[in-house]
Amino acid sequence: MLKLMVNGKSMEADADPSTPLLWVLRDHLGLTGTKYGCGIAQCGACTVHIDGKAIRACVYPASAAAGKSITTIEGLSEDASHPVQQAWVEIDTPQCGYCQPGMIMAASALLSENPNPTDADINQKMTNICRCGTLPRVREGIHRAAAIAAGDEGAQS
Amino acid sequence: MNISKLMGAAEDGHNEKSGVVDISRRRFVVGSAAAGAGLMVAMQLPLGSMSAHAQDGATEVNAWVLIDPDDTVTIRIARAEMGQGTLTGLAQLVAEELECDWDKVSWEFASPAESLARKRVWGSFATGGSRGIRGSHQYVREGGALARELLIMAASKEWGVPVAECTAKKSVVTHTPSGATMTYGELAATAATLSAPDSVTLKDPKDWALVGHSVARLDTVDKVSGKLQYGADVMLPGMLHAAIHACPVHTGKRSSYDASKAKTMPGVRAVVEVGDDAVAVVADSWWQAKKALDAVEIEWETGEAGKVTSESIRQMLEQGLTADDAFVGNEHGDVKTALGKSSKTLTADYSYPYQNHAPMEPMNATALWTADRCEAWVPTQNGEAALETVATAAGLFPEQCEVHRMILGGGFGRRGAHDFVEQAVAIARQMPGTPVKLLWSREEDQRRGYYHPTTRSRMTAGIDSNGKLDALHVRISGQSILAFFRPALGEPEMDPVVFQSMAPEGDHAMIYSVPNLLADHAMRNTHLRPGFWRGVNINQNVFYMESFVDELARQAGADPLDYRRELLKESPLALAVLEEVAKKAGWGRKMPEGHGLGLAVCKAFGSYVAGCAEVAVVDGKLQMKKIWAATDPGFAVNPQQIEAQVGGSFVYGLSAALYGEMTVKDGAMVEENFDSYPSLKLAQMPEVEVTVMPSGGFWGGVGEPTIAVGAPAVLNAVYAATGVRIRNLPVKDQALA
Repeated sequence: MLKLMVNGKSMEADADPSTPLLWVLRDHLGLTGTKYGCGIAQCGACTVHIDGKAIRACVYPASAAAGKSITTIEGLSEDASHPVQQAWVEIDTPQCGYCQPGMIMAASALLSENPNPTDADINQKMTNICRCGTLPRVREGIHRAAAIAAGDEGAQS
Repeated sequence: MNISKLMGAAEDGHNEKSGVVDISRRRFVVGSAAAGAGLMVAMQLPLGSMSAHAQDGATEVNAWVLIDPDDTVTIRIARAEMGQGTLTGLAQLVAEELECDWDKVSWEFASPAESLARKRVWGSFATGGSRGIRGSHQYVREGGALARELLIMAASKEWGVPVAECTAKKSVVTHTPSGATMTYGELAATAATLSAPDSVTLKDPKDWALVGHSVARLDTVDKVSGKLQYGADVMLPGMLHAAIHACPVHTGKRSSYDASKAKTMPGVRAVVEVGDDAVAVVADSWWQAKKALDAVEIEWETGEAGKVTSESIRQMLEQGLTADDAFVGNEHGDVKTALGKSSKTLTADYSYPYQNHAPMEPMNATALWTADRCEAWVPTQNGEAALETVATAAGLFPEQCEVHRMILGGGFGRRGAHDFVEQAVAIARQMPGTPVKLLWSREEDQRRGYYHPTTRSRMTAGIDSNGKLDALHVRISGQSILAFFRPALGEPEMDPVVFQSMAPEGDHAMIYSVPNLLADHAMRNTHLRPGFWRGVNINQNVFYMESFVDELARQAGADPLDYRRELLKESPLALAVLEEVAKKAGWGRKMPEGHGLGLAVCKAFGSYVAGCAEVAVVDGKLQMKKIWAATDPGFAVNPQQIEAQVGGSFVYGLSAALYGEMTVKDGAMVEENFDSYPSLKLAQMPEVEVTVMPSGGFWGGVGEPTIAVGAPAVLNAVYAATGVRIRNLPVKDQALA
């Protein structure tokens, strides 16, 4: 029995320890906000945080997450109030939205390390794929989220 | 058959294989469907539109509008939402006429089974060809207006006053003389008992208060919280998971397979045959199913198709460039005679590769089959066609089936074909009473696409003694999508849709005036399944045309903007978007060494679009700096979403132009995942500045037109920067210096 700490809660899953964390989250724990896109860590749709760092759960063995703190999109905030989520809503970033949980988890990890990233920082750290083409609003959203997190008054409207 | 008529018929059928549900062919049964055990299960299950559906106790005022006692208005949506924003735009159109409070608007998907029972009250469910709004704006607005009239009539009845003394605004009906008011929530139950007027007058566009103004999408919050359930996320009680492997060579068959090892693996419940070309493993979790599937040894029978390669296809298409037989899609004047008299002729060959849609959410469907009922949860671009597929695969009448429509994790045309639905039902049929979710791996999605067809083109121009373009022959050689999906529509070798953006008239009319013009197509089909791919044939046609016009301008020593101005004298709307991007980009400004600007313009899906790209080529490497884009869709429903679609078109279109190529070896596609089939990332993404410039008076599409101008604008800019002309897509590692 796999024991995992997910979104601040202790959870158990009857899964083979070599199962990628993505499938334990989705099929065993019912946390379907984390998406399957490629299975080879190319697209980033499965991005979650482990001890605050962004990882791609489709190639991350669940057993390696034992004893660590896992955060999925469901646990980023209770009410979509994380600055990145606020910015995403304000700008209407998602199109189909399927890649957006991963995009948001990657962006929030970036901002926790670097509260005011430059475009070059964003280019380096944000390598998720979006086929609809939200990339211009992803970039805008990260800058906006940085402003919201910094207490920009206009942000709460 | 008249070409434009044929083209219209073809576009109406865009993305539909089985297309129209033939209601008359089937016995019409209402009520008997409620008998099955499957429904008993389904009653406890979430509906297809899991993110939003009308509350219990909501009153259906008419087919489009449901109202709760608390004034929440739920608007029914027949077309699919795949990211393009149609859901919100259609709700705006209904709400505009309904005169309801936009802040209290919710939505739900119309049910395909209910559509069947209610004589297609919501019209077509097909979502493709950038037709979601332009194909239904009239009747959805009428639906909103008729609901408003019913609510006003209800108030007039409650008060015993003439209808003419009552007005509706912001979900409140007011009796003007007395000042009495009632809310829509209070009036809905009475309104639902009244008969709607025979006709209703729609608002003059100049009076629109909601349509034409930017509003937030209705589906965003659930998309950022992770709560939205896509098809891939469906979870039903007792559900099992399936992974599938179909023959990678289209038209190939399964000859034998050995599942003995797979059957012993953990969690495996069954190994099943699907059709005559696939094997699926059903297990407790998808990962178990996938691991076991990898352990199944399958032998395929691929025949002659198994010998096809990219090179053999290239040779076949090359032969079409000079073939005598070709279907004429647009002709005026006498090109052959004119070319014979030309002072100078120019010829250039171009090519466009196979591409896969690769939406982020791989193909999937969940099905629950019993002997008298089948339900499926499907991300589909056409709920009605999906229902027909479910019924056929289930061996049941459509009235015994239901398709729960999901929001799509991308579509781009791929989800108008329902092979994966057929498979899911075929698997579920072998597990009666157990819901099974079939999810394709990314590799399966890449191998079993309906690909953007590959074509080649020979462009030939005749220049007269004044240096003007006098004759243009566009020969296209390649695969026909229409011939695959709708062979009965025309003669086998006739496909008018291949001339998108080069057509004599209509939504895809050629914008340039050339005295002598001939556009013809030598159809060269392969065993590989072609499909409607965001933009469809404009992707190659506009690349060919806009690159070649740039070549003609350069050969004439003319400025590419001035050269186009001359050719666009009879296309003022096309000229207007072109002038707009040129102005915004500062066309004509002095560029640093290695930098260049490039233009492209077209008419597609009824809209006029243009792009101007600024690039730099440094040490042979392309840097796309910025793209200015302009779109005239006639009426613009939600400008901020048009801006999003235009920006997104460059991500999808330039991913294709730079890297997008599916190559063929031994009859199968080689590129199986995003490592070999990459997509543009933020580091490569140019800044995009969009001008939405609706001129009114017509309804043009938005999701697709701009996609075609990205590649030629960027590659014309590359030429301006370097003198290197790229004529074959994708750019990949072709030398730029």
